Amino acid sequence: MRIAICVKEVPDPTAEKRIDAGTNRLVRSGENTLNPYDRHAIEAAVQIKEGPAPDAEITIVTVGPESANRSVDRALAQGGDQSVHIADEAAAGSDLLGTARILAAALKRGNYDLILLGQQAADSESYVMAGLVAELLELPCVTQAASIELADGAVTVKRQVETGYDTVKAATPCVVSVSDAINDPRYPPLPAIMGAKRKPHEVLSLADLGVDASTVGAAGAGTTVGGLSKPEGRGDTIVIEDDGSAADQLVAFLLEKKVVA
Amino acid sequence: MAGIAVLCEVQGGEIAKGSLGVLEEAARLGAALGEPVEAIVCGSGLDDAAMGALGGFGASKVRVADDAALASGIAQPVVDACASAQESGQYRYWLAGASIMSADAMAGLAARLGAGIVIDAVELHAEGGALVTRRSGLGDSVLAHCGFTTPVGVVVTRSNAFAATEGNGGSAPVERFSPTFKAYSQAVQLVGHEDAEDSGPDIGAAEVLVAGGRGLGDAAGFAAIEECASAFGGAVAATRAVVDAGWYPYSAQVGQTGKTVTPKLYIACGISGAIQHKVGMQGSGTIVAINKDKNAPIFDYADFGIVGDLNTIVPKLTELIKARG
Ligand SMILES: Cc1cc2nc3c(=O)[nH]c(=O)nc-3n(C[C@H](O)[C@H](O)[C@H](O)COP(=O)(O)OP(=O)(O)OC[C@H]3O[C@@H](n4cnc5c(N)ncnc54)[C@H](O)[C@@H]3O)c2cc1C
Ligand SMILES: Cc1cc2nc3c(=O)[nH]c(=O)nc-3n(C[C@H](O)[C@H](O)[C@H](O)COP(=O)(O)OP(=O)(O)OC[C@H]3O[C@@H](n4cnc5c(N)ncnc54)[C@H](O)[C@@H]3O)c2cc1C
Repeated sequence: MRIAICVKEVPDPTAEKRIDAGTNRLVRSGENTLNPYDRHAIEAAVQIKEGPAPDAEITIVTVGPESANRSVDRALAQGGDQSVHIADEAAAGSDLLGTARILAAALKRGNYDLILLGQQAADSESYVMAGLVAELLELPCVTQAASIELADGAVTVKRQVETGYDTVKAATPCVVSVSDAINDPRYPPLPAIMGAKRKPHEVLSLADLGVDASTVGAAGAGTTVGGLSKPEGRGDTIVIEDDGSAADQLVAFLLEKKVVA
Repeated sequence: MAGIAVLCEVQGGEIAKGSLGVLEEAARLGAALGEPVEAIVCGSGLDDAAMGALGGFGASKVRVADDAALASGIAQPVVDACASAQESGQYRYWLAGASIMSADAMAGLAARLGAGIVIDAVELHAEGGALVTRRSGLGDSVLAHCGFTTPVGVVVTRSNAFAATEGNGGSAPVERFSPTFKAYSQAVQLVGHEDAEDSGPDIGAAEVLVAGGRGLGDAAGFAAIEECASAFGGAVAATRAVVDAGWYPYSAQVGQTGKTVTPKLYIACGISGAIQHKVGMQGSGTIVAINKDKNAPIFDYADFGIVGDLNTIVPKLTELIKARG
C-alpha cells in the first residue's frame, strides 16, 4: 500500500508573525517549522503501517521553497520512507487553488492508495485543502477524521459534523484529512532524526510535473490580497505569570469587574 | 457570469441558521453590485413551500436539487449539484456558511471550476463593481482584503460572522433541477450517525462556563474543571480536541462545529484558542485564559490571562470561590 502525506512548513507558531507590506504575503524568512497539525497525519500513517498494512510505503509530499527541506526531514524522522518536494520559484505566492494544483500533479504521479492531510495549516488556517486536492484527483474525500480504520481496501472514518458524529466508509484510493485529536504524535527518537537526511529525497520543479507555471504561484492565483487592515481588538488584556498568587489576583479582578459577588 | 448563488444547507430538515445569515448578507451585497441572489438547496424530500420561504431572506429564486444521493449530508454529491447549478446559472460568486459540509462542498466546487476560494471571510464588500472580502489572518491580528482574479469566486464565511434576522416573511419561486452525479462523488458512504444532543447538560443557559481543552492531559482532568464550574454555579464547556478524543461529551463543545455561547464569564483552561474555538465564545462577557504557553493565541482575546499550570491554579481558584460562596 502506498500512503502520501501532504505536509506544509509554516512559520513557528510560537514566534511573532508578520505580513510584508509590499507584497501582502506572509514573511516566511523567520523560524519555520512543520505544521503541527500535519504531525497527526504522519502518526496516523505510522499506525496504519504498524497495524493493518505492514507493507505500507509512506511518502512525504510538500510544496515550498528549498529551505522547507528541514521540515521534510522532520516529517521523515517521524515516519516517512521517502519525500517528494516541489520547490520552484514560480510556485511562490500560490493560493489554495494553486497549491492544490501542484499537490494534485505530484500525487497523481505517485498512484497512492491513501492521501492524508492535516486538519488545517497553522498559518493560514483554511481547512479545505483536502477537498480541493480530492476534486482535482477525482477521488473520494473525507475530512476531519477523528479516527481511521483500514480494512479490506476501504477506510472507515468517524468524523464530527454539526449534528454529532458520522461514520463514513470509502474505498481506497481516497483522500482523508485528520483531526488533531485522532492520535498523540510520538516524538522521533534521535537515530530517526539523524537517519532522515539519508532517506530518498526527490526535489521536483513544476516542469518535472508538467504543471503550467501560469496556473500556479502569484501569476495563477485566483485570489488577490489587495490590502490589509487591523481588526478591532478586544481591548486591554491583563496577562500575569503565575507566581503562586494568580488565583488570588484573578478573584480580585473578577470582584472588581463585578463578575462575581 | 452574473448573479450570486448561496448554498443553503439543510440540517435536521430545516435550513441552517448560518445559511440564512449568509443569504441576507448576500442580498445586501447583491443590491450593491446589481447582481441577483439565488438560493441553492441540496437535499432529499424537500418541501417547496419551506424552500420558497428563503425569498424572505433575500433570494430572488430558490433552486432545489432533491435527490436521494443528497440525503446523507456528504459533501461530494453537493459539489456535483452545485456544478450543475453553475452550468445553467453561470453565477459570478458562490457563498456559503462555515459548516464542515459547506466548506468541503465549496472547496470541491472551486477546484472543479478553477475558481479562487476565500475561507473564513468575516466581511463582504462591493468595491469597484466586484466582491472584496475581509479575511482575518495570523490569529486575527490582520484583516486581508481578498478579491478574485477568476471569472467565478467562491467564499466560505466564518461561523457567526453574519447573524440571521427573522426574515420579512416573503417568498420566492422554487425551481427544481436534476444534478449529474459523478461516480467518485458517490463513493463515500454514510454507515452510521450518533446524534449530539443525547447526553450532557445545557451549556447555552449557564452564566459561567469553565472550559477545558487538551491541556487537561486526560479525561480525568475534567474532574477539577467540573468542581470549579460548580463552585461558580456554572457549567463545563470543552474544545473539539477533547470531544473528538472522547474525554467529554459533544453537547459541551463550544466553537465552529459546536455551540455558540455568551456567558457572563468564560474561563478557558488548557485551551490554545484556535479560531474555530474562538468563534463560539468570543461574545462572552469576561474571558479568562489559563495556559502554560505565553504565546498561546487565547491570550490575544482574553481579558485576564494567567501564564501557568492549570493543575495548581484551577484547584486554588475553586477553593477561593467556594470560600466566598
Ligand atoms: C492572511 C492570509 C490569508 C490568506 N487567505 C487565503 C484565502 O482565503 N484563499 C487562498 O486561496 N489563499 C489564501 N492565502 C494564501 C495562503 O498562502 C494559502 O492559504 C496557502 O497556499 C495554502 O493553504 P493553507 O495552508 O491555508 O491550507 P489548509 O487547508 O489550511 O491546509 C490543510 C492541509 O493541507 C496540506 N497543505 C497545505 N499547504 C501545503 C503545502 N504547501 N504543501 C503540502 N501540503 C500542504 C497540509 O496537510 C495541511 O495540514 C492567505 C494567506 C495569508 C497570509
Ligand atoms: C472545520 C473545523 C471545525 C472545528 N470546530 C471546532 C469547534 O467547534 N470547537 C473547537 O474547540 N475546536 C474546533 N476545531 C479545532 C480547532 O482548530 C483546534 O484544533 C482545537 O480547538 C484545539 O483544542 P485545544 O485548545 O483543546 O487543544 P490544543 O490546541 O492542543 O491546546 C492545548 C493547550 O493547553 C495548554 N496546556 C498544556 N498543558 C497545560 C497545563 N498544565 N496548564 C495550562 N495549560 C496547558 C497548551 O499550552 C496548549 O495551548 C475545528 C477545526 C476545524 C478544522
